[in-house]
Amino acid sequence: MTGVRAVFKKEMRLYFTSPVAYVVFTFFLLIVGYFFYSIFAFYNLTSMQAAMNPAFARDLNVTDAIMRPLFSNTGIILLFFMPMLTMRLFAEEKRSGTIELLLTFPVRDGEVLAGKFAAAIVLFVMLLGLTALYPAIVGYFTRVEWGPLLSGYLGLLLLGSSFLAVGVLVSSLTENQIVASFATFAILLGFWVIGWSADLAGGNWRAVFQYLSILEHLDSFGKGVIDTKDVLYYLSVIALSLFLTLRALESKRWRG
Amino acid sequence: MIQVDRLTKQYGPVTAIRDVSFSIEKGGIVGFLGPNGAGKTTTMRILACFMPAAGGTARVAGYDVFSQSLEVRRRIGYLPENVPLYGELTVAAYLDFAAEIKGVSRSDRKRRVAEVMDRCDLADVQRRLIGKLSKGYRQRVGLAQALVNDPDVLILDEPTIGLDPVQVAEIRALIKSLAGQHTVILSTHILPEVSVVCEGVIIINRGRIAAQGSLDRLAEEFFPTARIELQVTGPAEAVRSALRQIPGVLRVEHQGTANGAGIFMVEAMRDRDVRAAIAQLVAERRWGLLELHQAGMSLEEVFLRVVAGEEFAGGEATA
Repeated sequence: MTGVRAVFKKEMRLYFTSPVAYVVFTFFLLIVGYFFYSIFAFYNLTSMQAAMNPAFARDLNVTDAIMRPLFSNTGIILLFFMPMLTMRLFAEEKRSGTIELLLTFPVRDGEVLAGKFAAAIVLFVMLLGLTALYPAIVGYFTRVEWGPLLSGYLGLLLLGSSFLAVGVLVSSLTENQIVASFATFAILLGFWVIGWSADLAGGNWRAVFQYLSILEHLDSFGKGVIDTKDVLYYLSVIALSLFLTLRALESKRWRG
Repeated sequence: MIQVDRLTKQYGPVTAIRDVSFSIEKGGIVGFLGPNGAGKTTTMRILACFMPAAGGTARVAGYDVFSQSLEVRRRIGYLPENVPLYGELTVAAYLDFAAEIKGVSRSDRKRRVAEVMDRCDLADVQRRLIGKLSKGYRQRVGLAQALVNDPDVLILDEPTIGLDPVQVAEIRALIKSLAGQHTVILSTHILPEVSVVCEGVIIINRGRIAAQGSLDRLAEEFFPTARIELQVTGPAEAVRSALRQIPGVLRVEHQGTANGAGIFMVEAMRDRDVRAAIAQLVAERRWGLLELHQAGMSLEEVFLRVVAGEEFAGGEATA
């Protein structure tokens, strides 16, 4: 356990001594903030129109009109930003050769991986925590439904963690940070757009593609529904990626 | 402390080391010597548990490097070639990390880090980023990292490569001071390094152990005779024949003249020191003795003979 802690602390230090964390935080919040602003402003406009049309107003609620689109937009933005949090984790250690020392310290490969993954997750949670400002603003003006809000965040947490897990895997396969970041992005993008081809595919394939689509599973969380199917999907992406990362590390040892 | 038995490793079709066997006693400093690409780094990586061997076994501090890798890793300090460190961390932060991950308990950590910083002369730079340090300081940080868990065995891969002469001398002195408490194996392709720092030497060439033992023993094995160089003023031919008369002298060679004196190389049996006899002879004949010294069998020459011998043997085998 001390091994996990040591690696975790080191990674956190490296995140904040390099500009990566600051750059990702700044631009992520800027972009999500912009989306929040436009969604919020649009809601503002529609609720003014609804004031004249009571039948329309009945269907208007904050969860559906603000939080759900905000969550799904945030999910897409995460797809662009998460690869930048993971690209360094193994690729840089391999490029600079520090992996040789790291893997000869008295810790299991799994502990090294756990420390690194935990650091990425914690950084991501901090990032998510900062976005709590937006629901807080909504809450200042109107009543927020806590259930869907929390389940929405749980969904984002699972989604982001699976992005990070894929990123860690790709990072363990290359020595180049840019390759790691770009390949992760491409893979995640692939898992997003595969949902689109579900509409074209017929029969059983439709269901398969839909199930594989990584962002598809986020939607029900935004509605306040925590479906085991979705939770299981994210957890299996995470588990599979981390398992493959361990195998990649082991193979690296044998090949030298 | 280190027992290596018929270690073999291939990278694809290339055999990096084959049937490498040696052992190192507790507290010894042994130089692992060989030309570039001979298999030094591969052997050290196996000993440090970075990679497994394809065949053979290695035990460090009593534990097998493959099946009891974590036990071995707790007891070693490893300095890889080129000293890979995290440039964005400060020296103190990095050493704290190394101490923690190597299992130094929280209560001891501060003290241990301070100790190794003191020992490696790093206290002045402890708040600087490693990436901004000179090569010599980086090397010391690497050594400090290896020492921080007070390991039984130190595995140092080319610890002085790329340093200026002053830094080289400092690092060598530091390594030398480690003998006794730690067992040290250090690799190098710089020959004088081994004679300055090490007690024993293992010469590896083309993935095989070519020779091993103490420096003296190797010198005797590869150079059964002693060589004495002297400068004498006097008629060259007379000097030569007179020297040849001395009992124990096997061969005399006149190598030229300098400042009006003849330079001679005398080859004599090792078990008989002929220097006093030479001095006496020259004095009796009233020649002038300008210089007289026993040419040490430099490791360089041992090395060249070993490697050249190997090359020759290899040529024969393929012919």
